[in-house]
Amino acid sequence: MSALGLSPAIAEFALRMGDSCLILGHRNSEWCGHAPALEEDIALANTALDLIGQTQLWLELACEAEGKGRTSDQLAFLRDVSGYRNLLLVEQPNGDFGRTVMRQYLFDAWHLPLLKALMNSTDKRIAAIAEKAAKEVAYHLERSADLVVRLGDGTAESHARMQAAVDFLWPYTGEMFLADALDEELVASGLAPEPGSHKAAWQEHVTRTFADATLKAPEKSFAQKGGRRGVHSEHLGFILAEMQFLQRAYPGARW
Amino acid sequence: MYAQMVKTEAKRVRSLDEMEPQERAFQERIDAGQKIEPKEWMPEDYRKTLIRQISQHAHSEIVGQLPEGNWITRAPTLERKAILLAKVQDEAGHGLYLYCAAETLGISRDQMYEQLHSGKAKYSSIFNYPTLSWADIGAIGWLVDGAAIMNQVPLQRCSYGPYARAMVRICKEESFHQRQGFDIMTVLCKGTPEQKAMAQDALDRWWWPSLMMFGPSDDASVHSAQSMAWNIKQDSNDELRQKFVDQTVPQAKFLGLTVPDPALAWNEAKGGHDFGEPDWTEFFAVIAGEGPCNRERLEARRKAWGDGAWFRDGLTAHASKQAARRQAAKLAAE
Ligand SMILES: [Fe+2]
Ligand SMILES: [Fe+2]
Repeated sequence: MSALGLSPAIAEFALRMGDSCLILGHRNSEWCGHAPALEEDIALANTALDLIGQTQLWLELACEAEGKGRTSDQLAFLRDVSGYRNLLLVEQPNGDFGRTVMRQYLFDAWHLPLLKALMNSTDKRIAAIAEKAAKEVAYHLERSADLVVRLGDGTAESHARMQAAVDFLWPYTGEMFLADALDEELVASGLAPEPGSHKAAWQEHVTRTFADATLKAPEKSFAQKGGRRGVHSEHLGFILAEMQFLQRAYPGARW
Repeated sequence: MYAQMVKTEAKRVRSLDEMEPQERAFQERIDAGQKIEPKEWMPEDYRKTLIRQISQHAHSEIVGQLPEGNWITRAPTLERKAILLAKVQDEAGHGLYLYCAAETLGISRDQMYEQLHSGKAKYSSIFNYPTLSWADIGAIGWLVDGAAIMNQVPLQRCSYGPYARAMVRICKEESFHQRQGFDIMTVLCKGTPEQKAMAQDALDRWWWPSLMMFGPSDDASVHSAQSMAWNIKQDSNDELRQKFVDQTVPQAKFLGLTVPDPALAWNEAKGGHDFGEPDWTEFFAVIAGEGPCNRERLEARRKAWGDGAWFRDGLTAHASKQAARRQAAKLAAE
């Protein structure tokens, strides 16, 4: 890393973190005013707000580490699909509320142990963002796990919907623990943990929660992957078309 | 206003001498500026009127999420997105406080939803207009939250304790919303010619519906007179509208925008603005369900409620299973 904090590896890593927060925050915010209970409207907006706040921190770090003079808004609003580095899991459509809850849970259970590990990053900026985010995400996880249990072990219908959500989303979880060359570089310099290293914590949390929820993880599954390389599902293009509309329609305007 | 044309059952406002001792004592407490609390005696019409008013106010907060929520996914910057999310979350919170305040009067939240979904209960006419551009988000904060503040500030001192306390919490947030809305407008007006035109277009479309929020003149309304006697309404609709115009016109001038009213003029003698009459035919049509977005708004709320039934049933079922398990564990331990 240079004296100015320039580091292509940190920039790329910050994009991976920030983009997942941004896209999940976007998906959650689509529920605004349409959730099944007023308390859920409030909670979803709150989670989305935390995630957008985390997005700002990660993307600002990406800008700083990249050193090309771009702003976090330029990163968010002017990159196309292939430039996005989020997990495929978070761009999946909301589906019913059960799928939204399950997506949030699977993400939170991965996000928290990762952030806790990042609090020990050799880069102080990464450690500081992780520390702030971990406090928020601990609460997200508590909430999403609780909802998974209550709905899984609720009525026959709520159980069936939650099981369908697990079955649908499971193939998108494998990607969270895959390592590539960038990860090796990050691990070597103590910037970030090996992605597979918090799989056990995730697995343990999911097993416990699913047991309480009377849900089953699919025995056989495959991993959909590509988000980290910018190879996404068809859904991301539509998210960006909507999200980036104003910045694209009025180039250079200030808002 | 968020509660418009709330009806009482009064044919006329009675004097203290005409009241039975219990009601007279109640009215004297109100006249002395005291708060009425949920467990205390109150006239049936006071209770019913408050339920109508508070639930209408709550429904407005909830339906009001929809036109603004419409732009969260398209907000132009991360910061604007966060601010708008926080605002819409506040509005949902306002709905929650208000439903809780109404529940102290002996109606459940589910009953109030039922009345909203069946069309029996109303919500503010303003939320039946569409948000067509980003500037509409600025105009709503500036004008709609601005108009809401006009009558909510005095309601902090209204006679019903839970309603007054809900208003105290709500008002703090509303003035923040108004500042944020005005800030969006300021940035647009200093921006490109297209942005300025967007801001003017928003003002053109939101000005008259904002004036209609206060409702038609109620100087001759027995309902308003009764509500004022009960101190659950403090100013007449025309007084509030005048205040709103006088506050807003200089702000529009500051922005360099034109208020779309040819009759608008400063009247030195009255120390306020003269202004044109809103189109009340349009107002009554919107109230009757014929506004541009009435059907979408109500349909969105009904759908959210209907689609969410399995979710709420699931939580209820889990809670009773847990209770049964605790009971069984207790028996086993004995
Ligand atoms: Fe509000
Ligand atoms: Fe507001």
